[in-house]
Formats: sequence, structure tokens, C-alpha cells
Amino acid sequence: MTKDDDLLVIEDLRVSFPGKGWRAAPNEVLKGVSLNVRRGETLGLVGGSGSGKTTIGRAVLGLVPVGSGGITFAGERIERATGRRRRLLSRDIQVVFQDPYTSLNPSLTIGDTLSEPLRAQGQGRAGARRRVGDLLERVGLPADAASRLPREFSGGQRQRVAIARALAIGPKLIVCDEPVSALDLTTRKTVLDLFLEIQERTGVSYLFVSHDLAVIRYISHRVAVIHHGEIVETGEAAEVTTRPRHPYTRNLLLSAPVADVAGQRARREAFERAYAGPNTSAER
Amino acid sequence: MSETPPPAAARRSGAARRVLRNPLGLGSALVLAVIVAAVLLAPVLSPQDPDLASLRDSFGGPGPGHPLGLDSAGRDIASRLLYGGRATLGGAVLAVLVALAAGVPAGLLAGYRGGRVDAAANWVVNLVMALPAMVVLLACRAILGPTVWVLMVVLGLLVAPAFFRLVRGIVAGVRNELYVDAARVSGLSGTRIVARHVLVVVRGPIIIQTALVAGIAIGLQAGLEFLGIGSGSAPTWGAMLNEAFKNIQRAPGMIVWPGLALGLTNASLVLLAAALRDALEDRGTPPARRRPRPPKAAPPPGGEPGRAGLLSVRGLTVAYALADGRSKQVVHGVDLDVRAGEIVGLVGESGSGKTQTAFSILGILPEGGHVGAGSVTVEGLEIVGLPERAHRALRGNAVAYIPQEPMSNLDPSFTVGAQLMEPMRHRLGISRAEARRRALDLLRMVEITEPERVFGSYPHEISGGMAQRVLIAGAMSCDPGLLIADEPTTALDVMVQAEVLGLLRRLQRERGLGVLLVTHDLGVVADVCDRVAVMHDGRIVETDTAEQVLSDPRDPYTRRLLGAVLDHAPARAPWQPAAEETV
Amino acid sequence: MLNFVARRLAAGAVLLFVISFLSYLLLSVPHLDVGRQLLGSGAAQDLVDAKNAELGLDRPVPARYADWLAHAVRGDLGTSWFTGEDVRQAVGTRLPVTASLMIGVLLVTAAVSLLLGVWAGVRRGPADRLVQMLGVAGYALPGFLVTLVIVVVFAVRLGWFPAIGYTGLTESVPGWLSTITLPVLSLSLAGVAGVSQQVRGAVIDVLRQDYVRTLRARGLPPSRILFRHVLRNAAAPALTTLSLQFVGLLGSSVLVEQIFGLPGIGSMTVTYTTRGDIPVIMALVMVTVVLVVAVNLVVDVLIGWLNPRARSV
Repeated sequence: MTKDDDLLVIEDLRVSFPGKGWRAAPNEVLKGVSLNVRRGETLGLVGGSGSGKTTIGRAVLGLVPVGSGGITFAGERIERATGRRRRLLSRDIQVVFQDPYTSLNPSLTIGDTLSEPLRAQGQGRAGARRRVGDLLERVGLPADAASRLPREFSGGQRQRVAIARALAIGPKLIVCDEPVSALDLTTRKTVLDLFLEIQERTGVSYLFVSHDLAVIRYISHRVAVIHHGEIVETGEAAEVTTRPRHPYTRNLLLSAPVADVAGQRARREAFERAYAGPNTSAER
Repeated sequence: MSETPPPAAARRSGAARRVLRNPLGLGSALVLAVIVAAVLLAPVLSPQDPDLASLRDSFGGPGPGHPLGLDSAGRDIASRLLYGGRATLGGAVLAVLVALAAGVPAGLLAGYRGGRVDAAANWVVNLVMALPAMVVLLACRAILGPTVWVLMVVLGLLVAPAFFRLVRGIVAGVRNELYVDAARVSGLSGTRIVARHVLVVVRGPIIIQTALVAGIAIGLQAGLEFLGIGSGSAPTWGAMLNEAFKNIQRAPGMIVWPGLALGLTNASLVLLAAALRDALEDRGTPPARRRPRPPKAAPPPGGEPGRAGLLSVRGLTVAYALADGRSKQVVHGVDLDVRAGEIVGLVGESGSGKTQTAFSILGILPEGGHVGAGSVTVEGLEIVGLPERAHRALRGNAVAYIPQEPMSNLDPSFTVGAQLMEPMRHRLGISRAEARRRALDLLRMVEITEPERVFGSYPHEISGGMAQRVLIAGAMSCDPGLLIADEPTTALDVMVQAEVLGLLRRLQRERGLGVLLVTHDLGVVADVCDRVAVMHDGRIVETDTAEQVLSDPRDPYTRRLLGAVLDHAPARAPWQPAAEETV
Repeated sequence: MLNFVARRLAAGAVLLFVISFLSYLLLSVPHLDVGRQLLGSGAAQDLVDAKNAELGLDRPVPARYADWLAHAVRGDLGTSWFTGEDVRQAVGTRLPVTASLMIGVLLVTAAVSLLLGVWAGVRRGPADRLVQMLGVAGYALPGFLVTLVIVVVFAVRLGWFPAIGYTGLTESVPGWLSTITLPVLSLSLAGVAGVSQQVRGAVIDVLRQDYVRTLRARGLPPSRILFRHVLRNAAAPALTTLSLQFVGLLGSSVLVEQIFGLPGIGSMTVTYTTRGDIPVIMALVMVTVVLVVAVNLVVDVLIGWLNPRARSV
């Protein structure tokens, strides 16, 4: 099954969370998800809130327990990896979270935050400090940022720090969980371009989670659309975002407004036509 | 200030220095230090043996060799005070150590692990907390006999929940922070995460709590001794108070010294805790709450050429009062018009001042914010400088508000129906039945399919999209002519957003509403806005029809904004296998 | 809601059972030779053994506990080993004293804390600083020290109230008032210090909520927003603090009753515990825990009534 090019393969992944309250039925958020990410590829994962898109990323990172199914990374099954093994995997699998304000410890300097993964992998203090300088330069932050606290930086700059932390130990895969949705429009583009540039330079793969089809289309080679815990459609970015096959994808595309009055009018009309149809169940 | 010192060291010494720079912190630390030193040096400082009695001299006043006088048995009060502090403070220290040893690790474990460990620990703690300490100590005294140190261990266990609950609460919060997840992904082990990320956060609160618990322990220890249950004949502050209280008629002054010792120690501990809290939280003084001066008389309303009848803003400035008494301007002279039957987009990025502009039109700026100058007319009525009561009469009736976050803008304690009916009954003075009928009509108007069910639901029982419809219904309830919508769809999924925008568009057409739509999303602008004002750094940089601004922007900032839109950027090309392995 | 109350009641019953068992276990530690204590050190060993057997102390602890429990659930708390009094009667005559004290304290604490907390939270500025200082003072001074000061000032110096003694409510209402006022005052000071801070914090918190801004934008007057929306949402945390404070106040009542010579549960605890009179001590522990559980239950039900989300959890 696993081809040589595949870095990450997820097969029939199921994840449930315990229900709220006593004896409540567990809530299945992933109902058998299968996908793969190749070396140097960006797989965009798009879906609405509560679709389970974030859970897939967290399962790959080992932050949520996997119910059943397999996660294979570089030929190795990792869905049940624990303790030591998981810590070694952190060399290869990294993360950039959505919220640049809570993903950095407010009481640690940027330098401390960036050297954390290096030190955890056994690097010496001096080596770590040198590497921190390189990292800051690579994400376009001034070198004196290392001695400052996160609160002195804007959202976009913090997200650069988070990217630098993910890059620190040269991972093969970075899980990007809505990394630009908390950023302003103008900052968003520059951060996305940074992601692209880093990928070209290092050949890292991204599992890029977002609710925004325009962002996904810009950054991804391939796109997977998730709805209610199931992948409904997968394909090349241009294909999925211009000629969607699944009705859910079609609605997703038609409901995302474009910044162009004539274009949006056409989209709005198409959306209302599609919506007047039989399946008006966007909201339960 | 000019150089950057090694930051970690700077921060650590900073907290201690801030405590000592605070007069209360310095004072209480000094008093505590003096008390502890005096008690430790009791053998050196006391004029005589604390138990040496001379009945002849009982109740003797201060004199040579007896600076504070003598008690009922003719013992030297000063000596007993110094020695008494040993039992009282020593007991409290023991109790605090036991409480720390029991409470902190349990709290760390329960908070970090969660789940069953947490549930079990909480159960035990709730049990301990249902026990009145004094009663338990007395019961223990009955079993264990008058061994004050053992009682202090029990006391420590009884107050351990104070630490447990504190630590558990903070740790459970930190555990869900993304930076802890990030540390886990970085390959840090559980113990290292606790040491590096969690202990840092709980350290300060634990120190503060220690001072408070020490005060409680001293109080309880002295209370036990006061009841005559404890170390028997050895001097303690509590026993001295008891003795003084028994002789209150004969020598009322005797109660002063042990009372003072106890009061001073406890007060210093609590004040030190307060100073520590201020230092660790680095709290600035809150902004001075002055009643902002009403801005200068605005130009005469209406009649002016070019001003819209429904909403017209001219030269609006908004400023916030700073802690040091100055004020900071965030909106610098905004001009804006909304006519009946049109949707105007107010577009900008975070910090551009768009929401401040919207809030000042509604007169709901947060604490410290005020309109500095300019003119705002709603239906021809000048509202800058209008008394609050008159301005309130406009809200809901003439101008209504649709907020950004649907969930946090509904009161969780009332049903949707109650929240819809309240403004109508209050503003329109209609009967309960009439309000109910209208509320159900409103819910139908915002395209809610089961109005009866939603009417009786609490906010936490409905979805975000539903809640936003309810808020729109609420805004429409007193039939306003102008809607101010502050990012009304930002928190919603795109499909729900499309529906809600469609609804807004429909309402505006059917009722001839004017809408000021605050947004950062140019797609939303293209979808529903007739005209747009682009805002940047507290100024409007460009105003025109949506078509004009989106297709042919003139201001460089607008151009930059549109340049960052990804709608028409080409999709990324398909993936190609790497020619060679890159490392 | 009924379901919610039933669950709370069940939890309270479990708590009572566990505490009674643990207390009994602890109180029955073997080194406490009750027969010897009763008969004196000079008594012959066989007489001591016979006394112990008479009290049932030769049987294993679980059996004795089962026995005690079986009687206790029927309201029979046994007789005192040392005085032969019927424990239920002894406790029964003293409970009204403590109950009237605690009810007074709860009412005064709740009312004054609400006023001060809302005042500080809404007005901020000097009012706020005053209430915060009161909080620090309440924490800083041990409750019984404050009580002593109150006695010295109001009873000994000014002579406005009697320093000690108690008149039942049924005997004379003015007499009851004059004997209960100072004890209630001394206990309430500590309670007010803690609870008013919580009310203040909760009011400030709720005032910052988005829905308060939205209510303002709907044109509702500030008084209506405050009384209908802010107070209701701020009540839950404040009530929780009140129920936590109650446990501490119940403990402090031991000292206060002792100082004012009130014939309540607290002063009874002091007298009887020094002797190791297990039936009496068990009864006292159970009565205090029942009081705590009852107050917690009332507070939980109130919170559930005020806050729809608390009900469903």
C-alpha cells in the first residue's frame, strides 16, 4: 500500500471523545479517515468547525488518543507510540498552532522557547544559542528577538516564532493547524509565503489545516475536504477548488465570498440556487 | 534602560525588588523579619526565664527588668511573649509545610493528569473541606492527647485543600494551553513540562497562598491555645490571650501585648501577600475613571450639505484615558455617512479603530474610552454631548447593534425568549403576551424554523449560527432605522455566514434599513455592501462604492489590502517528486 | 431540577456516611482505655474490663460502628459515657443556640457582602479601595482576636451588651437580640471580608461580559441591567464562597461561643472532647457535618436555580 513517496499515511482513523455528563455516549469526531502526505508535499485539509479537521492533526502529533485505525510515518506505525518513542518522533513531526497568543509561553523569552526543542533533543547550550540565531534569521525576525518576551511581538511576528520553533530540529512533517486564521489580511499573505519558501528550501511536508478554501488553495498541492468526521473529497488543489465533485465542497466554495463585486454576485446567485435545492442542512 | 540585561535574571530579581519598592511590601517584610528574629533570639533577648513566677509581683506594671510588666502569676510578660512566639510561629510553620507537602503535589498531579485521578482527589478534598477545622482539631485532641505538634500536622492536612485547589485550578488551565502542547510536540517529557512550564506559573500564587495560609494557621493555633488545648504550661500567644482575657476586669491592658504580636504577624503576612501579588502580576494602576469632559458644541445638525439623514459622522475622534492621566487617541477624525436603505462597509485590520468608531456611535465605548471631538447625528439628532439618558432612548429604537461573538453576547442565565421580550416590554411598554407574540414573529423573520423551541431554549442549547440569528432578531425588536453590525459573521462557518449575510441583505431591502457593517473581510464587502469606507490607523483612507474600491482602489493602503487577497491567486501546481533528497 | 436536587442529596448522604465511618475508626484507636479513665487509675483490672465490656468496647470496631450507625439513623445517638446523659437530648438543647447564631451570621454576611461588593464593583475608585482594605483587614486579623476586641470595647468598656450569657429566642426576643448581637457581629466580620471580595470580583467580571454591552446597546437602563442580569450571573461564584466560608465560620463559632459563654454546640465540643466521650463526639461531628452539607445543598440548589448550565451538569 505504502508507496515510497508517502511520508505520512493515515488509514481508517477513528477518534472519539467521551460524552459530556455521566454515562453520556462517546462522541465520534473522526469516522474512518484515510489520507496520505508525500515527501515535500502540502496536503490541505479543509472543513467547517466541528468537522474534525483539527483532531486529525492532533492525532498525528499524539495529542489525542486514537480509537482505531493506523497512522504510518516514514514506514513506521506511530498511532500507539508512547513516551520515549513519541519524544524521538518529535525530531520529525512538528506543529504550528492557530493562536499565536497562547502557543508561546508568556513567561519565557523567545530564545528560551526556541531552544526548548533543541535542548530536549540533547543539544548543548552554546550550540542551541547559535541555532536560535539562524532560526530567527530564517523566519525574518531580528536577532535580538531572542532576549525578548512574546508580549513584545505582534500576532504575525509571534507566528514566525512558532514557525521557527517548528523548524528548530529540521522536521520532515509540520502539522499546521489554522496557522494564519488569527492574522490580519496583509500579514496572512506574508506568513503563507514564508511557509512556501521554507518548503522549497527544506523539502518539508505540511499537513495544513484550515477552514479557508482560498488559503488552502494557495498553499496546498492537494486538498482533502472533511465534513462531519469523514473525508468527502480529495484531489489536486486546482481541481477541487474550481470543479468540486461533492455537494458539500461545492457549497463550501460557493458560500466563501470573493472580494470582487461582479464575481461575488455570480457566486451568491449560484449559492442561493444550490441552497434552494433539497439539502439545506448546513445548520443542524 | 538602554542596554538589554540578561532577561531571565532581570525578571527574577525584578519581582523581589518590586515587592520591596512597594512601601506596604517593604514595611510588612521588615516587621515580619523583626518578629521572627526576636522570637529566634528569645534566649538572648528575654529579661528572664518565661516560667519564673513570683506571685508577690502578680499584675505588676512595667518596671526595671520587666519592660511590659508581669502577668497574673507574676511572670515576665516580655519573656513569655518572646518564647511564646516559638510555639505559635513554629506550629504555624509546621502546619504550612505539611499543607504544602500534601496540597501542591496532589494539585499538580490532579491538574496535570485530569480524568479519574482528578475526580478522586477532588472527592477527598471536598470531604476534607466539609470538616470544620476547629471541631476536628478538638476531636483529635480527644484521641491524641495534648500534643501540639501532632495537632499542627492535622491542621496542615486540614488546610492543604487551599493549596490543592489553587494549584489544580491553575495547572488544569495551563494543561490546555497550546504552549504546553507545543512543548509536548517538541519532545519534552511530562516531568520537564511540569518543571518548565507549569511550576513557573504556579510558583507565584503558591508563595502568596503560603503567606495567607500561614496567617490562618497562626490564627487557628492561637485559637487552640486560647481554649486551653495545646502545650499546657509552656508560654504561647494564645495561652497568654486566654490568661489576659480571664483577668480582663482586673488588668485590661494585659490583652494588648499578645494581641498585638498576633495581629502584627498576621497583618504583615497578609500585606506581604498582597504586595507579592501586585509584584508578580505586574499590575499597573487601573485607568483613572474620570467623567470625560463633554466635547465642544458640535456644529448644527442637519441642513449641512452632504450629510446623510440617517447616520452622519464628521471629524469623530475617540480617545482612551491612560493610567498616568494622559489620554491616547485611537480614532483621529472620521467622516462617515449611512443613508436609509444602504449597507456601508467599514473595513480595516485589527487596531484600525473601526470597532471604536462603531461603539462611539452606539455610545457603548468601554471604560476609559470617550469621544473627544466631532459630530455624530442619527436621524438628524446630534448625539455627541447628548446626556446618557437621552442617548439611551435612541439605542434599540433608532440605532441597534449586532455583535461579533454570538454566544458571549447572550446572557447565559435567561432563555432566548426572555432576552427578546425584555427590551420590547421595557421600551415599547407592551404586555407580556404581546411581547411573546412579537418575539416569535421576530424569530420567524430571521428564518428560524422552530421558533417555539428556540424561544424556550437557553443560549447554551442552541448553535452559534442560531444564536447570531437570535441577536439579529433582538436588534430588530424595537424597529430601528439603523443597524450597527460589528463583524457579525466572523465567528461563523462560511455557509452559515452566507445565510446570515443573505438575511441581513433581505432585512435591509424589505425594511429600508441602513446598515453600518464593520468587517475585515473584503469578500463580505463584495457580497452585501453598497459603499465602503476603508479605515487604517484611526483614519478613513478611502470611501466609495464597493465596486469602485474593490476594482480600482486609489489609496495605497487599500491597494495593499487587496493585493493580499488570495481569491484570484492561482491554485498551487500539483506536487512533483523531488529530484534529489534534500535534508 | 428535581433530579439535580436528588443527586445532591445522595452525594451529601454518601459524604455523611464516609465521615461518620472515618471518625468512628479514628476515635476507636486502641490506646484509649475508656474503662480505666472512667474508673480511675486505682481500679482493679477486672472491673475495668467489665466496664469496657459494658460499653461494648471488647467487640471489633466495624461491629461497634454498625451498631452505632443502626441506632443513629433512627435518631438514637446513645448516652454519654461520662455523664450518662442522653446524647440526642444534650445536643438538642444546644443546637438552637448555634443554629440561631449561624443563621444570623449567614444572613448578615450575605446582605452586607452583597451591598459592599456591588458598591465596590460598580463604583470602583475610593469605594473599591475601601472594600478591598476591609478584605485585607478581615484576613489579617484572627477572628477570635477581633472577637476579644469587640468584647472588650462593647461589653466591658461601653457596657452596651452583656459580655457573656444567652437568652433563648422563645424566652425573650430583646434578651435574645442583646445576647446574640455581639457574637453574630464578630463572626460576620470575617465572613463579610471574604464574601464581599468575591461579590466585587464577580460583579466586575460580569460587567465586562459582551452580553452586558449588548444589553446596553438595546437601550436598557443601567439599574435594570445591574439588578436583573449582572447580579444573577455574579451570584453563583459569590454563593460558592459563602458556602466555603460557612465551614470556617462554623469552626470559629467554637471560639466565639466559648468567649461569650453561649451554651451551643461549639462550647459543648470544647467540654466533651477533652474527655474522649465517643458517643458525644460522634454526635457533635455529625451535627456539624450535617449543617455543612445542608448549607452546601441549599447553595447548590440556589446556584442551579440561577444558572441553567449548572443544572444540566
